Amino acid sequence: MQQSNMFDYKNYRYFKIAVVVILMAFAAFLLFEPAVGHYGGSVLGYTLGVISALMVLWMTWYGIRKRRYRGSGATQGWLSAHIYLGTALTVIVTLHSGFNFGFNIHTLAYVLLLIVVASGFFGNYTYMIYPRKMTENMGEDSLDGLLLRIAEADKLARKIALLMPDEINDTVLKACQETSIGISIIDQLSGFQANCPSTRAVQELTILGKDLPVEQRKLYRELYSIMVRRESLVKRARQDLMYRARLGIWLYLHVPFTVGLLVAMVAHIIAVFIYW
Amino acid sequence: MRNHFDVIIIGAGPSGLSAAARASEQKLPYLLLEASEAAANTIRNYQRRKLVMSEPRGLPLRSALPFSASLRESVLNAWEHVIDDYKINIQYNAKVVAITRDANNAEQNYLNVELSNGDRFSASHVVLAIGVQGNLRKLEIPGGDLPQVQYQLDDPEAYQNETIVVIGGGDTGVENALALTGRNQVIILNRAEDFSNCKESNLTQLTEARQRGALDWLLETRPQSIEINNKGEFPVTLFASTPQGVERIPCHRIIARLGALPSRPLLESFGVAFPTEDAAALPVLSSRYESNVPGLYIIGALAGYPLIKQGINQGYEVIEHILGNPVEAADTALLRDKFANFCSDRGVEDVLDKIQRCVPLLRLLNSLQLRELILESNILLPAPGDIIFNRNDYSTSFFFVIEGELEMHIDDDGTIDDTFKGGEFFGEMGLLSGRRRIATIKATTHSALIETPRRVILKLINSVKAMRRSLDEVAIKRIVHACIGLSLSEDDLNDLASNAIIKQYAAGEELFHEGDEADGLYLIRRGSVTVSRMMTGREVVLFYVAAGNYVGEMSLISGEPRYATVRAAIATEAILIDVGRMQGIIARNPEVRASLDARYLQHLQEQEKRQQSETSSDNGSGNFSNKSTQSSLISFLIQQGVGEATDVLLIDESLCVRCNHCEQACADTHGGATRLDRDTGPIYANIRVPTSCRHCEHPHCMKDCPPDAIHRAPHGEVYIDDSCIGCGNCQQNCPYDVIQMAVIQEQPEQSLWQMLLGIQPKQVASTNNTKVAVKCDMCKDIADGPVCVRACPVGAALRVNPEELLGYASNNSAEEQFLLGVDDA
Repeated sequence: MQQSNMFDYKNYRYFKIAVVVILMAFAAFLLFEPAVGHYGGSVLGYTLGVISALMVLWMTWYGIRKRRYRGSGATQGWLSAHIYLGTALTVIVTLHSGFNFGFNIHTLAYVLLLIVVASGFFGNYTYMIYPRKMTENMGEDSLDGLLLRIAEADKLARKIALLMPDEINDTVLKACQETSIGISIIDQLSGFQANCPSTRAVQELTILGKDLPVEQRKLYRELYSIMVRRESLVKRARQDLMYRARLGIWLYLHVPFTVGLLVAMVAHIIAVFIYW
Repeated sequence: MRNHFDVIIIGAGPSGLSAAARASEQKLPYLLLEASEAAANTIRNYQRRKLVMSEPRGLPLRSALPFSASLRESVLNAWEHVIDDYKINIQYNAKVVAITRDANNAEQNYLNVELSNGDRFSASHVVLAIGVQGNLRKLEIPGGDLPQVQYQLDDPEAYQNETIVVIGGGDTGVENALALTGRNQVIILNRAEDFSNCKESNLTQLTEARQRGALDWLLETRPQSIEINNKGEFPVTLFASTPQGVERIPCHRIIARLGALPSRPLLESFGVAFPTEDAAALPVLSSRYESNVPGLYIIGALAGYPLIKQGINQGYEVIEHILGNPVEAADTALLRDKFANFCSDRGVEDVLDKIQRCVPLLRLLNSLQLRELILESNILLPAPGDIIFNRNDYSTSFFFVIEGELEMHIDDDGTIDDTFKGGEFFGEMGLLSGRRRIATIKATTHSALIETPRRVILKLINSVKAMRRSLDEVAIKRIVHACIGLSLSEDDLNDLASNAIIKQYAAGEELFHEGDEADGLYLIRRGSVTVSRMMTGREVVLFYVAAGNYVGEMSLISGEPRYATVRAAIATEAILIDVGRMQGIIARNPEVRASLDARYLQHLQEQEKRQQSETSSDNGSGNFSNKSTQSSLISFLIQQGVGEATDVLLIDESLCVRCNHCEQACADTHGGATRLDRDTGPIYANIRVPTSCRHCEHPHCMKDCPPDAIHRAPHGEVYIDDSCIGCGNCQQNCPYDVIQMAVIQEQPEQSLWQMLLGIQPKQVASTNNTKVAVKCDMCKDIADGPVCVRACPVGAALRVNPEELLGYASNNSAEEQFLLGVDDA
């Protein structure tokens, strides 16, 4: 399928615009050099600063725009522009600063901006990598469907295990009760449970099955296959949660730092005007 | 007891009761005879708490008998009241066996009515309102009259833990059987080899129930006898002949749903004449409902009016006619409205007459059918230059030309490709194919047209065989004309049309197979096909050919066996023109030869290209995944029913970040219920076909919509309007599960502040909490198009039509489109 993604949207329209914007900013930077060297308060510095501030606001507006479904136009274009112009923004802001950095509110705003853009880059990376992996992992199944099947396997395994020797019953019970699937955010991001009871149960069952009486072997084989299937289901569910968590986590940096950036930027602007 | 009445009304159904009530109001001496022990037998036999519909909604009710859409119980209750209040002179258990006019006494001006118990009455007028359901067919086998054998099912809940045999594979039988499952052991006996006569929804439910083990069926099986068991668990045993021999089925109960006996022999025994030999033909009636037997009137379903409201109105009218009062049919006022701008200086009857004189096809209808057709249609009066419809519009209505002249433009070159004059019709291709209009129709002079909805025309051609024949004849001629060449002479066209064979194919069935001997040219007039070849050991889909195009020309030109296999992608109808005739045409018409040749060469080139890419794909690994998945992607999508779609939502799972904005956007703009389910649906090569409407060419949902609430907009959107009554038929009929029942509640728009602070806007208290059917309407009322696609930040959601799919597959959409004969893009 030839489907344009957020990068090559409309044949790289916003990439081209971003390049032009950066080139223009550089040209202006080289052409208009004040006698005292570049600084934010020069005419060029102010111009670039105003442009940057407006761009920051416009970037932030994207977060609202994509949730307002009644507007016109395609969100895809907005995202494409958001990515490329956001990248161009770092260049413009750097030029705006005239490379004057210090330990102050102005540089704080700059650093916050870089963090926001960097988290955005990370987001882009996850968007490129994980969707495909998620499909590979889940196929046509849904997470709810997997969890339901795990619960069913639990029930069946426990029923069969009751007819088995105590060690086997204990192992199965433990696997059913102690397996956790993405309880904490760390679990979700890592995608596995240390010393997973389900995996262990399968290993233990392999050993425990050896000295079963002949009449229980058929039942045992059934139990074993249920537990193996269950383990792979558990792994897939964890994997899916992991991808979801990783697809979402960067927003927990991107958005709060954007709010921080807005605050710092307002402080920066007020400070500049007070000390004019 | 008196024996002579002015009017004897036979049958206490809605029509009969209405007639009796009117007779009673007019103080006319009358007698109402009912064969069973209670009035309104057919409705009484409906399942408990069934909703009785009151179609057609526009028709006013004019009778003392009240009626509106409501539950079976309340309808019956209201009618009982009328019987009491009017002191209706009704005699129950009075089955009429003969109606005669005394042959010895030609002067005698009355009819004799004889009952099965020997009673005789005479009347000046007899109104026959016995309907078509009253005379249920019974099992003509030993034991058919046992108390354990019943011919109707009133309340399925009344039976628990029984083994019940349902005889009859029609809809009623299947519905009864399904209603009994769960609490009982149910076996269906069907004398046919399958349940192909059933509605699709019933068939699906039946198959599901059997898979669940809730019921079982025996096919090609006929009951032979029923015997009483004096001991044991089961009171009766049914002996049935199956293909494997006679089977004993012990059971508690037998429900036989064998349909109704045709009423024609009975009517003929009364002396009533019919216009044709057709068993389904309606009796010849005057506009006052009087048959050829003077004094014998026929109303209701028997006269061809199956709807309750029509019957009730006729009950009233027939009494007025008998009294000699001038009364116009209830629909006359409605017809007058229809004719408000057309010949408004003439009477309704006069205009109807004129229409029938002008349009030969409508002469095949009786006056009742014509009235119904006009009521459901629109009269259009285009001025010169007015466009009736544009090429590529999605409209499916059908047009009769009453007078004037119209011209057809297939392309934009300004030449007139065909003209239509008074008496002709057009729009039959859209009607059959369900696809976009292939040409623009423009009025040349002031004209008058009848625009009839697809549903009405389909119903008519299904009931009036002669109409279907004449329509088919013209339709074949036109498609031959459009497909093969505009240069054919009238004689050639007629020759082709009269010798063409219409063939039908189920989805997946082959029209012909690679290597077969060529049998002719196939014009696809409905559905679509895929053309595939075996390449490097696998079947590769080369083309997708939609209705309005032809296949099979390659072997015809080369004289070699078939190059490829052509398979129906969905239920397809093709017109086959045999080899000999086609070759004759080619020999005589160099232009046809040239156009076939051009297509042949194009196909050959394209095939060569494909062959190359397929062979090279075996060596080059990168190329392999690409090309081969694209070819099998088409096969996959066709399997998913995309072949019958006109616009389908696909999700590229390699881009989708699972943010769910598509669903949220849909819900937000469509009354709070999303019409797509992103998370379900089959996936192939990272492409998911989510659960969402595909806007089928012949929408399954439209098949059985009582209020006719499902429509197709000019751009192809299939949508449900506000008149939905929430019956759920469409939900059941949709094979893709894309319709759900939901309460629609307008979503207030979240203000900026609410959004920033995370406050949900207050819901306006809903006035109407009834669930209605909801489905994708392709955002036809939203300016920029489908919000699901527009809300997707990463561009994973896309909407395509089947023609575009091939563009994706071959990377060469322009050429592909040409090959497909689709130049609309």
